[in-house]
Amino acid sequence: MRVITDYFVKLGRKVIAALEKTGRGHMVFVKMIAGFDEILRRPSLLIRQLYYIGVLSVLLIGLSGFFVGMVLGLQGFYTLSQFGAEASLGVMVAASLVRELGPVVTALLFAGRAGSALTAEIGLMKATEQLSGLEMMAVNPVRRVLTPRMFGGIVSMPLLAAMFSMFGVLGGWFVGVGLLGVDDGTYWSQMQGKIDLHEDIYNGVIKSIVFGVVCTWIALFEGYDSVPTSEGLSRATTRTVVHSAFAILGLDFILTAMMFGE
Amino acid sequence: MRVQDATPLVKIRNLHFSRGRKVIFSGVDMDIPRRKVSAIMGPSGTGKTTLLKLIGGQLKPAQGTIEVDGQNIHSLNTKELYQLRMRMGMLFQSGALLTDINVFENVAYPLREHTDLPESMLRKLVLMKLEAVGLRGARDLMPSELSGGMARRVALARAIALDPMMIMYDEPFTGQDPISMGVLVKLIRSLNDAAHISSILVSHDVKETLQIADQVFVISDGKVVESGSPDELAVSKLDWTQQFVKGLPDGPVPFHYPADDLNEDLLNS
Repeated sequence: MRVITDYFVKLGRKVIAALEKTGRGHMVFVKMIAGFDEILRRPSLLIRQLYYIGVLSVLLIGLSGFFVGMVLGLQGFYTLSQFGAEASLGVMVAASLVRELGPVVTALLFAGRAGSALTAEIGLMKATEQLSGLEMMAVNPVRRVLTPRMFGGIVSMPLLAAMFSMFGVLGGWFVGVGLLGVDDGTYWSQMQGKIDLHEDIYNGVIKSIVFGVVCTWIALFEGYDSVPTSEGLSRATTRTVVHSAFAILGLDFILTAMMFGE
Repeated sequence: MRVQDATPLVKIRNLHFSRGRKVIFSGVDMDIPRRKVSAIMGPSGTGKTTLLKLIGGQLKPAQGTIEVDGQNIHSLNTKELYQLRMRMGMLFQSGALLTDINVFENVAYPLREHTDLPESMLRKLVLMKLEAVGLRGARDLMPSELSGGMARRVALARAIALDPMMIMYDEPFTGQDPISMGVLVKLIRSLNDAAHISSILVSHDVKETLQIADQVFVISDGKVVESGSPDELAVSKLDWTQQFVKGLPDGPVPFHYPADDLNEDLLNS
């Protein structure tokens, strides 16, 4: 009997802790967004974060995009050529990229590169009492430290996803046109004709904005809420990457169903 | 003496605070005077740092009130709290310097945040604050290039940047070599006397603290067990105070962590 009650007590504690954490997460989110005027007052804070979160991720995103595009070109060519439809390679590559792979893979890479770095940075600032120090200097750490990073992530993500797709299209072109002999004009003109601005591109951009919000939020909150020890920090960083990945893939399904479902 | 000087700077009444199930404070009363060096002493883990965070409004008590300069700190709204904090400096154990900017910018940080001073004036102010802690020459160094003692001195310069009415020192002497320790002891005393800043010092370094404190509060088991001047404490009749001040290994605070009888423990394999 004791074992069973203990089990339920433990379970109850875990549920309450999880709910409390969710509540804290939402509170921090609201406070971060409400701190937007801080960015208007000091745009340099945002620009700095755009550099660290966005610009420093460009090489990783560009290179990954190019490789993913090359694989798409290769796989697409072999499948399409079985039906004599290799002329549609450009459409296939571009549609896969702007609708799905661009936003999703960019967000996954973003969580691994920028997300984990944000968690570690904020967590270390907490562990070394820098956040407390700001509070005691009458500076709100959420507005001063988290808000610029949050908006840095939200602005960076769609731009990075667009770059990923662009490099992907070039990668597909390199393999399809350059190596496998698909006609250059067909590759581009089919793409131009079939890719729809609203259906494909806008929806892809909306996805990447949503992923940007969610990934940056998770990363910042995990750092801010981390236990300020080396173990706590390493767990928080791991959680950032794992939770972000789940959130991205889960949300991708929901968003796709909403956007492209009948 | 002005009337205001007679009222305590920090007035703590019936303070209760717990972390999870661990009770940290159970009914602390304390009057911290103005313009004096007040020390709060006690062994590690008695919640001395927690007390500073409660005074600074970073933590909320379960029960009781804390008044700072006549204002109940936990009933203030965010804006009022931040305004009060501008008049409170705090020196963290780690220094808590911002690691991505240099010494000069760290000290200039509160001035840039809260004032619209022209750059030339700001520069003069920062250099004067750094001169006061003897680190004007280190202005271009990054926090990672500083020794522990230097980092604390920079943090001290930052804490006095806005000319606060009080500074709270969290374990300022921990982990310092004898020279840095001497420098910090001298600085705390001279800042208190020359700049008329009230000082609240949390420490377990008995010798250094008793050397500069005007008033000492000894905390144990969530309560103030004794308070008075260093001379009064030296002749205290309380066993606990004697053990703490003299650093005796055994006494009211036992050497052994509570455990079963040794023989029984050894025999029960």
